[in-house]
Amino acid sequence: MSFLKKIKPVAKNAFHSEKDILSRHAARITAEIQQGERKGYNEVLNLSSGDLHSMGIKPLTFIRQVLAACFYPALLQDECLPLDVRERAKSLLKECEGGSVGSYTDSSGIAKIKQGVSKFISSRDGGVPSSPENIFLTSGSQRGLMIMVKLLFQSKDSSWQTGVLIPVPSYASFNLALAAQGIVMVPYQLCEEQGWTLKVEELHRALRSGRTTCNPMAIYICNPGNPTGHIQSKESIKEVIQFAAEEKLLLMIDEVYQNCLYGDRPEFYSYKKVLSEMGSTVELVSFNSASKGFMGECGLRGGYMELVNFDPTVMQYIRNFFYTEHTTPVSGQIAVDLMANPPKPGDPSFPIFSEEVESTRNTIRNNIHRTQKVLDELPGISCQPLKGGFFVFARLHVPPKAIEWAKNRQMEPDLLYCLHLLEETGLHVRPGCEFGQKKDTHHIRLCLATQEEIMEDVLQRLKTFHLRFMKEFS
Amino acid sequence: MTENGFKQHDRVLTMDTINPNVISVEYAVRGPIVQRALQIEKELKMGMKKPFTEVIKANIGDCQAMGQKPITFFRQVLALCSYPDLLEDSRFPDDAKSRARRILQACGGGSLGAYSVSQGIEMIRQDVAQYIERRDGGVTCDPDNIYLSTGASNAIVTMLKLLVSGEGASRTGVMISIPQYPLYSAALAELGAVQINYYLDEDHCWSLDVNELRRALQKAKTHCTPRALCIINPGNPTGQVQSRQCIEDVIRFAAEERLFLMADEVYQDNVYADGCEFHSFKKVLFEMGAEYSETVELASFHSTSKCYMGECGFRGGYMEVVNLDPEVKAQLTKLVSVRLCPPVPGQALLDVVVNPPQPDEPSYGTFIKERSDTLAALAEKAAITQKILNQIPGIKCNPVQGAMYTFPRIHLPQKAILEAKEKGESPDMFYCMKLLEEKGICLVPGSGFGQREETYHFRMTILPPKDKLKIVLGKIQEFHQCFTAQYS
Repeated sequence: MSFLKKIKPVAKNAFHSEKDILSRHAARITAEIQQGERKGYNEVLNLSSGDLHSMGIKPLTFIRQVLAACFYPALLQDECLPLDVRERAKSLLKECEGGSVGSYTDSSGIAKIKQGVSKFISSRDGGVPSSPENIFLTSGSQRGLMIMVKLLFQSKDSSWQTGVLIPVPSYASFNLALAAQGIVMVPYQLCEEQGWTLKVEELHRALRSGRTTCNPMAIYICNPGNPTGHIQSKESIKEVIQFAAEEKLLLMIDEVYQNCLYGDRPEFYSYKKVLSEMGSTVELVSFNSASKGFMGECGLRGGYMELVNFDPTVMQYIRNFFYTEHTTPVSGQIAVDLMANPPKPGDPSFPIFSEEVESTRNTIRNNIHRTQKVLDELPGISCQPLKGGFFVFARLHVPPKAIEWAKNRQMEPDLLYCLHLLEETGLHVRPGCEFGQKKDTHHIRLCLATQEEIMEDVLQRLKTFHLRFMKEFS
Repeated sequence: MTENGFKQHDRVLTMDTINPNVISVEYAVRGPIVQRALQIEKELKMGMKKPFTEVIKANIGDCQAMGQKPITFFRQVLALCSYPDLLEDSRFPDDAKSRARRILQACGGGSLGAYSVSQGIEMIRQDVAQYIERRDGGVTCDPDNIYLSTGASNAIVTMLKLLVSGEGASRTGVMISIPQYPLYSAALAELGAVQINYYLDEDHCWSLDVNELRRALQKAKTHCTPRALCIINPGNPTGQVQSRQCIEDVIRFAAEERLFLMADEVYQDNVYADGCEFHSFKKVLFEMGAEYSETVELASFHSTSKCYMGECGFRGGYMEVVNLDPEVKAQLTKLVSVRLCPPVPGQALLDVVVNPPQPDEPSYGTFIKERSDTLAALAEKAAITQKILNQIPGIKCNPVQGAMYTFPRIHLPQKAILEAKEKGESPDMFYCMKLLEEKGICLVPGSGFGQREETYHFRMTILPPKDKLKIVLGKIQEFHQCFTAQYS
């Protein structure tokens, strides 16, 4: 028997196996289908994660052409590749040691790419200055978040464990990362009835409660929200910054969906911009990633974070700490560069690039409309307006009989709903209990970033199942 | 008050509130000397006059940065995977195309941009398992025991995270060689684990003596609970290739003392010296019979960053775990899921590394030539380095049996040692800084890796192209003579 059974308690408590039931079941069903066991459907439709490519959305051509030319520079001579592709690959390779993407880079990322990111940020924010010195390239926003919480962590010997205010609902991977690091989660409820808005009174309540059990040091906000799809108003952002200033909290702002906006008038405000307009000195770290947006390059592992108003000595230690991080993969850094600095009007690749981006945006926008329409017509299921991101977090109004049934099975009602939905229709979506939700409410989360035909199929399967479900438990 | 009437508030994150373990983390390979080297490069660019025209960075094991060419076949497959339109391009060989197609089929949506499962794409893990079986003469490898990772470093840190627990006397102790690759000391510092040093024997080619392991372990038992033993083979920074006997001894020791073995084998193809051969810990373990192969817990690490591939920037790697308790393995699987997944291009690269062109395939000839040339060049440079350094009075260098570095012992005059200590610098840092300022050569002082008290070393890579390497060695000779004379 291995001594390792006395494993670090935090690692042990961090995970609830319940969450894996669905994935395991989905894998089992897929295997059964492959072995010819007939079901009412030909395949499992996986809408469980925000992974565009796996759901049939194609990568952006420009990005893949640049990547290929960087990986295999013989392509730089290939006139089949547009000129701007070749120029960009050439200029990126120049920034790599030995002219190769196989070399290590500076720990915080290739300098020229960081400069490009700071220009992007500055331009996005209407000229608010951004310094490359404050930018760190990471292997995705998840990694950036983990590094930040690591900095905040205090060992068990200290009198108070570090806490971070987190929204309910919040996406599961982030919660796992916090738990794995030994950080106490201090939940604050988003207000579903008002479109998942953030109420500052609720922040105050959560903080008061949190202070009785831990030392809350930071507040994490996801804007646009995951899974909620909510976008914070400028007023709300100001309130949060004010709150953070008064209560001495660090702001950790996850803005990875900032490019996934569907309204006619984009309503996204970056925290950096509002912070700057307010002249606030609150410490802010903002995250962005190449996994989202319409690039969807989750597998390349690229992202960045910008740190503002941090203590200079602390910044130096953060840089030192990055030396042991062993660099973001160069593929991810390239993806970040292309995200920050895409083709512009007049560039040879611009027409195809903008067409591909628009096409994906329209697809998701249409999926949103279809989904809202179908859900509106169904009893017992509803959703708040979806302003940004890829997901719909639909409310299930679970009939009392169904709640009883779930209780008898010792499972959360929405998890049980998802299991049966999966079994009967092959749809893999996630239950609200995984993200956190107000007591006695139930939800499901679906990713809408898929081809329109697939979305239609999904909605039909969901509709069929849901009507039967509601009927059976009426 | 700020302009907008905002009260200037105290910061949340200060040196008092930051995680204290983060402060103690140091990583010499990219530390202060490298920062100064970068600064000097900037100064040169701005036209500042120096006794040299370029900084030669022999501090980090970055092959391609120093001119080593990537393997054509690997880059072709990666390009095809990135931009599958190229599959129609007749300039790419069929064997590259077939591998690219196969890899893409295993990716979500046929794209490198989709998340993979956290443990790594199953097909690739199967391929890695078969590679390991071939390498180890048929010893079985279960793909489920393979975890793809973001370079070997990431897997090493994950394993250490799993191993470290307890408080006070029950705090996990981890045995690591001195000298060591400072990723280990950094990770242990960050995790708040106890580092247990065992000394490699400089007088005997940096070999490992089990008696020394025993000594270190006994001493450590008084203040911690030793749980793991890390070994780097071929060694970094020392370059020694452990004999088969030595590996058996280590396994036996680990079995007796109930230690978890961590075998860092990233340099397994970098073996140069006659009479030296790489033996994987896994293979030796299984050849020692069931008494050991069914009980000793082992994690072996490999990566695409070293050997003849040198693809550091792709962050490809894996670990194989053996005899892990099933419950613990479940925890490991969950722990890796927090990082979502290793970079997919790195996974794809690993797949081609374990599935290189075969003799009957079109790319075989070029592939074999590129691989042999690269390894031969490294072997030649290892020999040149060893020879020239040993000709310098005051510098003594063990044979560079493998890996990519030399770790020579430097004799420093007493005056120099005193001056360094007055400045609050370790003497070899003092030496290396001067070497950098006077000759433009960037090495890493031995103190960054650990060494016996009152001994001094530096680590230099053997990676610069041969001609440049000779120049570097010549400059070191000049410098050492001047330095010795100056401080006599």
